[in-house]
Amino acid sequence: MTNRLPRQPGEWIDRERPLRFRFEGEEYTGYTGDTLSSALAANGVRLLGRSFKYHRPRGIYSLANHDCNALMCDGHQTNIRADVTPLWEGADVKAVNTVGGLRRDRAQVIDRLGAFLPVGFYYKTFHTPRKLFPFYERQMRAMAGLGAINRNHPRVRTPKAYDFCDVLVVGAGPAGLAAAIAAAEQGAQVVLVDENPRPGGSLGYQWAEEPQAAGLLEGLLQQVAALPNLEPRLSTVAAGYYADHWIALVDARRLTKMRARTVVIASGCHEQPAVFGNNDLPGVMLASAAQRLMHRFAVKPFERALVLAANTDGYRAALQLHRCGVKVQAIVDLRPGGEESELGPQAAQENIPIHVGHAVTMAVPAAGKVGIRGAVVCLLDAEGKPRTDRGLQIDCDGIAMSVGWAAADGLLCQAGGRMAYSERLAQFVPKTLPPGLFAAGRVNGVFLLPDQIADGKRAGLQAAAYLAKYSGPIPPESCHDGPPPSHPYPIFPHPTEKSFVDLDEDVQYKDLVHSAQEGFDSAELMKRYSTYGMGPSQGKIANVNAIRILAKVKGQTVAETGTTTSRPFYHPVPLSHLAGRGFHPHRRTPLHSRHEAAGAEFMAAGEWLRPAYYAAAGKTREQAIQEEVQAVRQRAGLIDVGTLGKLEISGPDAAEFIERIYTGRFARMKIGTSRYGLMCDETGVIIDDGVVARLAEDRFYVTTTTTASGSVYREMQRWALLWGLDVVLVNATGSYAAMNLAGPRSRQILADLTGINLAEEGFPYLGVREGEILGIPARVLRVGFVGELGYEIHVPAHSAARVWDGLMQAGQFCQIRPFGVEAQRVLRLEKGHVIVGQDTDGLTTPREAHMEWAVKADKPFFVGQRSLAIQGAKESQRRLVGFVLPQGYAGPMPKECHLVIENGQITGRVTSICFSPTLGQVIGLAYVAPSQAAPGSAFQIRAEEGAMVTATVVEIPFYDPKNLRQTRTETAK
Amino acid sequence: MKLLDCPYVGVRPLQEFVFGGEVRNMPDPNTASDEEWANYVFNRSGEPGIRQEWWYHLPSGTWFIAERDTLKDEFLRTYLYSAQGKP
Repeated sequence: MTNRLPRQPGEWIDRERPLRFRFEGEEYTGYTGDTLSSALAANGVRLLGRSFKYHRPRGIYSLANHDCNALMCDGHQTNIRADVTPLWEGADVKAVNTVGGLRRDRAQVIDRLGAFLPVGFYYKTFHTPRKLFPFYERQMRAMAGLGAINRNHPRVRTPKAYDFCDVLVVGAGPAGLAAAIAAAEQGAQVVLVDENPRPGGSLGYQWAEEPQAAGLLEGLLQQVAALPNLEPRLSTVAAGYYADHWIALVDARRLTKMRARTVVIASGCHEQPAVFGNNDLPGVMLASAAQRLMHRFAVKPFERALVLAANTDGYRAALQLHRCGVKVQAIVDLRPGGEESELGPQAAQENIPIHVGHAVTMAVPAAGKVGIRGAVVCLLDAEGKPRTDRGLQIDCDGIAMSVGWAAADGLLCQAGGRMAYSERLAQFVPKTLPPGLFAAGRVNGVFLLPDQIADGKRAGLQAAAYLAKYSGPIPPESCHDGPPPSHPYPIFPHPTEKSFVDLDEDVQYKDLVHSAQEGFDSAELMKRYSTYGMGPSQGKIANVNAIRILAKVKGQTVAETGTTTSRPFYHPVPLSHLAGRGFHPHRRTPLHSRHEAAGAEFMAAGEWLRPAYYAAAGKTREQAIQEEVQAVRQRAGLIDVGTLGKLEISGPDAAEFIERIYTGRFARMKIGTSRYGLMCDETGVIIDDGVVARLAEDRFYVTTTTTASGSVYREMQRWALLWGLDVVLVNATGSYAAMNLAGPRSRQILADLTGINLAEEGFPYLGVREGEILGIPARVLRVGFVGELGYEIHVPAHSAARVWDGLMQAGQFCQIRPFGVEAQRVLRLEKGHVIVGQDTDGLTTPREAHMEWAVKADKPFFVGQRSLAIQGAKESQRRLVGFVLPQGYAGPMPKECHLVIENGQITGRVTSICFSPTLGQVIGLAYVAPSQAAPGSAFQIRAEEGAMVTATVVEIPFYDPKNLRQTRTETAK
Repeated sequence: MKLLDCPYVGVRPLQEFVFGGEVRNMPDPNTASDEEWANYVFNRSGEPGIRQEWWYHLPSGTWFIAERDTLKDEFLRTYLYSAQGKP
């Protein structure tokens, strides 16, 4: 480890625990606490990756989660961010985006073709000739993207966590620590998050050698430790802000959805680079990256450094480098006035040459561009332009840039905060913040250490006051005093060498100028055209310079130019953290275990699981369904219909209420009877149907379809409220089980189990009785969807299994069969019963669905009445009809949703179709044009692969059209 | 996710609520013209501003009115509906 420094006071590495790892096949050693990048830097490895477009050599740049050219892969994980990912024992990583290895990357030839790849090259080039597009696409797909995905990645479980706190503080630097302590001291439950594995932020590198900072971090951490209501969470990224202080916290294991009552953002700043020729090569880095290397990881960043400065921070960095044994060849200060603070003379005292009013115009590449061997420095003229006639070359192997900062304001903006450009700071600072959101520290434009602490404390107290946990005085906001920490335009493009603005996407200075000249001259347009800010770091170290360039091209101020919108996520979040188990609960009926025991194959019906059919040994699915159908038609079957919505409607106005809700007439219904109920919405579209049973003068029991039970109950509640009627609505869907005993033998089966008089005269079709079955209180409705003699039996859910078992046992003599949804669909289709939602859609009126018989238009009022009256006066576009295919038809089978075609035009579609075992032919329902709807007319269905099938319209029901099997005539036998 | 203050159960996450549309007065179906009726049934104003909206708290089965600034997407207050139409 050639570049490792002696022990540093706050270093993060554990020298007792070395780690062995491999990079690009070479073996190295690092320490626990290193990141991949820092361990490689300690080993003298500077070349860490290749850039996205030109495959240029790249190294450490920010060491702050923005080094998107130092992405690595290990065969499992894709695009590991080497600058922040902790090193692990046995790591075996490679750089992504190389062809044949990092050092000899064959794609680096693209760098020399740069002149032929102007901005927008792909848009302009790869569209003609059109027939070549598949070729272009293959090439582009091969070149685009970074790491390869491991398709055999093991399945990982990433459960989500939900959490709550009074105050969430984002950022554990000096301001964040002070804010968290201040709020916690007032009794608030505080959570403090930081993306780094250790707290302290800039105290640990930028301020690391300051006398005023000595002991400060330790003191703050002691205060934190002493507050039980302050919980620090490290290695945790606040990745997105959602409404009402809902923050996505991402750590290595999971996503935590944190609901805070108030939030303090102390996220600091991202240091910004300068733009000059070859400003991307390994060895050129942000000064803060060099400081992180030295103080966190005890790594010497360079041997001979040049510091490009435009603020006090640069001088501080130069002195830190000097103390770490780096030969600081020069400080190049962009400002004509140089450094005002005492750090200027201090640097001079250390014999560091200072070039005031100079700029670096290019870094001189070392052989193969894998590093630099010098820098060209020019005097700046009065307008700030480099004078190339007054240049000198300074020998160095690294350039540390300290030219300015940009607020890490992503969360603030997502929360609805507005940023404004401060000319004094040459930085965006918060202008207005939404209620309950506070900013502190550098993100708030506060740059000096004592001010940062004070500003943090102020924000912490404000948060406590917002929660009414503090009522004392709030200190005034700290205000930056002194020269600006950022240079307004640190951009000195080189005429021939590439000068990069965005390293993620290889966007150069000239690309942005050309974008603006081609008319993409707003920040959002220029971003999309040139792709600046669209790489993995989302422009955190590119946006500000890009906007400055745009402003300059347009002759505007930065404030006038504006910035792009910040959206969640602020940092990339692994998809595995977002994916996870689906939380779609299925409801099971109380009879579920009986279905399982009988071999049911289940299907989803709305939120419920229902038996589709009961598998029988040696039988196919179709055979099993057919046998279930035959059992019901010939003997008896039992189906679980407990998923139906079951509502109790009672009160003096119950009848009036039902009269208004349903389209039919119910007011004069006799007690102990039931009727079919059809429900429309206000536009006259069918939304639900069911059975309305009258149990008493003021008490009704109604069923709804399985899927609509929730929404029907909800809308009924609202209508009751709006109409001010005296009714009580109870949703009894879950408290009752229901089963339908159907078939010619059903009366016989039920007779032994109940005292209810089942005789035809005593309990006719559509009758309703309350009584007992096997001693269990039951409501029995003589209705049925399947068109046979049948009893719908409603019993309390907890007794359902006893009744089911009793019926199955009592039906043994006639081989009763449980039947599922599939058989029921066949049976009901034979009867021509419409399923709302399958045979109707979001526009179907009763007339179209052949259900005008269920609508009593002359009632005083019902929901949808007026709309139906208006529609009734007009011709409708379609009709639902029954159709058959010829006996013995063996051609292509149409399916639900296949289209009805006439003269090349779509006139309708099939809504239900099946083979009817009872009728021995294919039957179905379909929408057709009114002109095709007369019984006997033929129409064409386009089946799969365009096959045209001729169907014939018939009257429905297909089966038992006079309904003799359900009513007195046949069942009385 | 937003929070909403149900008049019965208090502040709950939006996930527990169902939006019920803007509060609108039904014209008298017996006297309204076809146009008036169609307008009531089909047309909704998208103009931003302060709106009275129906909201339903699903777990407790509560319909109530929320006053919302649709420009800022801020709930201003919530109250139970009364047949007189005023809180």
